[in-house]
Amino acid sequence: MTLLAPDEWQALALSLRVGVLSVVFALPFALALAWLLSRKRFPGRLLLESILFLPLILPPVVTGYALLALFGRHGPLGELLGTFGIVVAFRWTGAVIAAAVMGFPLLVLSIRAAFDNVDRRLEAAAETLGAGAWRRFATIVLPLSLRGIVAGCVLGFARAFGEFGATISFVSNIPGETRTLPIAIYELLNVPGGMPGVRRLAIVSLLVAFGASACATLVAGGAPWRRRSDA
Amino acid sequence: MLELELRHRAGDLDLDLRFSTQARTLGLFGPSGAGKSSVLNAIAGLLEPDHGRIALDGDIVLDSAAGIRVPTAQRRIGYVFQDGRLFPHLSVRHNLLYGAGAQHESRREFETIVDLLELGSLLERRPQTLSGGERQRVAVGRALLSRPRALLLDEPLTGLHAEARQQVLDYLQRLKRELQVFTVLVTHHADEVAALADEVVRISAGRLVRQVPIAEFIARRAAFAPATATR
Repeated sequence: MTLLAPDEWQALALSLRVGVLSVVFALPFALALAWLLSRKRFPGRLLLESILFLPLILPPVVTGYALLALFGRHGPLGELLGTFGIVVAFRWTGAVIAAAVMGFPLLVLSIRAAFDNVDRRLEAAAETLGAGAWRRFATIVLPLSLRGIVAGCVLGFARAFGEFGATISFVSNIPGETRTLPIAIYELLNVPGGMPGVRRLAIVSLLVAFGASACATLVAGGAPWRRRSDA
Repeated sequence: MLELELRHRAGDLDLDLRFSTQARTLGLFGPSGAGKSSVLNAIAGLLEPDHGRIALDGDIVLDSAAGIRVPTAQRRIGYVFQDGRLFPHLSVRHNLLYGAGAQHESRREFETIVDLLELGSLLERRPQTLSGGERQRVAVGRALLSRPRALLLDEPLTGLHAEARQQVLDYLQRLKRELQVFTVLVTHHADEVAALADEVVRISAGRLVRQVPIAEFIARRAAFAPATATR
């Protein structure tokens, strides 16, 4: 197979793995936070929202540095995980954490918008039918916002797939371990004769990004029941 | 049997009501904006009044002075909203079963209600494909299958064209004859009250104006006429 060199396949596979796992890892937290922001008013809500948006606004390298400070060997969380024999800095698992943190705001924003769009009166109707909070969430809110959640996951994946700054700061550029596709492109850009590889990986990135964007658009295009009723 | 005492101010609404009834079907009658739906919401637990005491068949569901507030999901109230509020992602069958238990008796009740409201041919359809009258019949069936101790009908015929309105009215009369469920009907149409209620509470601007047996209401309908919106 000559489409990509072995180390390029490795970088692609790692990026796909990091993209998928970062979404899987972030999704439960994103669902909880999105629900909280959509449904509850509480002190400190504004502060929480500001913190949530930080990864979108901060230079990714700074986020990566913050992650290193937290999860590094001498960081508070790094030390804690170290007692269980878990090391994430300079490991592919660290790349998952970096990607999850960077994609988290997009995930939360999409899911929150989906939750906001669920007709609260339907939840009230479910409540009168004896449904408690969990049942209402599982049977009304989740299914009615499923498309927004899936669209958010696709966007989160796409963000994670393309993550560069935070990843290279946090887990560096270790071939086979933390060299994701964008890092491989960066590496090739700095190597004489690396341009053909850059082009190949850039095309792969473009295809993945286009696929993710098309998926998100298709999925978020509207629930079939809404489309039918609008017709 | 319903005992109700409510005081609540919010925006234009200034509710100060006190009445009790032994009637099987109570008509809550008055012009738009009188506070009728707020009374239903308070009974269902969807509105927490500034001050209130509500007892159904002697069971207190709300007593703000004593700090008692039974959650909506535990009040066993069947609420038929003006707009039906059927769950758009569920078939008619699953809408009907939403508040029903899983026991064997529920299956028998399901068949009884489906027969009574002639819903058999609609069971696999989605709410968006139903006519307004069919939707309200499903909403009534869904509320009844939750085994309510009180059925609240909030302008269930509003928005229906004449034929559908008459059809749903016929079904409601049939339900009244065949099922023994305490019902509160909210409407601003005197003919609906006359067709369904045993007793009438007329409210205006959040205050009780008159509480009369249905015979007196029918006999002195002209005296109630000013409260009736023209159709």
